Amino acid sequence: MGDAHADISKHVRAYIGVFVALAIATVVTVAASTVNFGGHWNMIVALVIALFKASLVAAIFMHLKWEKSVGIWWTLGICAIFFVALMSLPVLTSHDLPAESHQGTWDVLPAAAHGEAGHAKAAGH
Amino acid sequence: MSAGALLSYTVKPHPVTGVYSGKLGTWLFLASEVMLFGALFSAYVLLRVGAPHEGAAAWPTHEQAGLSWKIGGFNTLVLIISSVTMVMAWASLKTGDLAKGRMFLALTVALALLFIVVKLVFEYMPKLNAGHGPWHNNFFGIYFTLTGLHALHIIGGVIVIGYFLLFGHKLWYKNPEYYTNRIECTGLYWHFVDLVWIFLFPVLYLMN
Repeated sequence: MGDAHADISKHVRAYIGVFVALAIATVVTVAASTVNFGGHWNMIVALVIALFKASLVAAIFMHLKWEKSVGIWWTLGICAIFFVALMSLPVLTSHDLPAESHQGTWDVLPAAAHGEAGHAKAAGH
Repeated sequence: MSAGALLSYTVKPHPVTGVYSGKLGTWLFLASEVMLFGALFSAYVLLRVGAPHEGAAAWPTHEQAGLSWKIGGFNTLVLIISSVTMVMAWASLKTGDLAKGRMFLALTVALALLFIVVKLVFEYMPKLNAGHGPWHNNFFGIYFTLTGLHALHIIGGVIVIGYFLLFGHKLWYKNPEYYTNRIECTGLYWHFVDLVWIFLFPVLYLMN
């Protein structure tokens, strides 16, 4: 029981440390948003800080740092694969089709379907 | 293996999964929650990227949307502190201190209610009074869906934590380890709700 108490007091110190880190990271997030990094860099900086904060919460508050269960790590691993696929959807759709695809499947379409005019026309349907 | 055999692992680890069954069940539930919020974040990105530059459907600035980083930041700190009190409740129970554990649970509920009140009074009401409900445009549609679903999770957390604070603690006198494990599972859920807000805050209140 004494060892268990010693372990818990170590945990509690970690919780306080994470709380301080999360509070500082929140202030840094707000401060970083007032700086113009240019392009998409503001979004990237904000998401990197959010990922750092989320990792701290998952590792310490949610005890993943001490987690040895195979069942939980399998659950998280499979979830991560599906999550990456899910978040890839908006990234992929925000880009145009790759150039080489225009010489493949899209070649069977009428010439008017190519280029910006074609896209605008397709979007209208 | 029958369901009864699986449910008997409330304290000791199951030989196959290496963990008590409630914890594995909670993580499975959280994995489904990741996909739920992930899909909505994905929808947010699609709407944001596809928004026209002008007109009624154009993406509003923070001023036009009535979003203040001060209110969002305050609620972020409230949720972070509530995560600390939640995990401190578990740590107190682990050291055998039920009274301290319940005090931290009560603090968590109070902070969760503070979050909801701030959200309702300073965010939802002014927007709804101005006629900017979820029907107004794509931005308010996804804003209310994301934050509303998150707020529902907070209310769900209040109900569960409130139950363990007021009624569920009777289990402590019969099986303290089982009760402590239940609080750990509740904490996992609560930290996940905090984790979602960690992403919602910069995406909604700071990016433009």
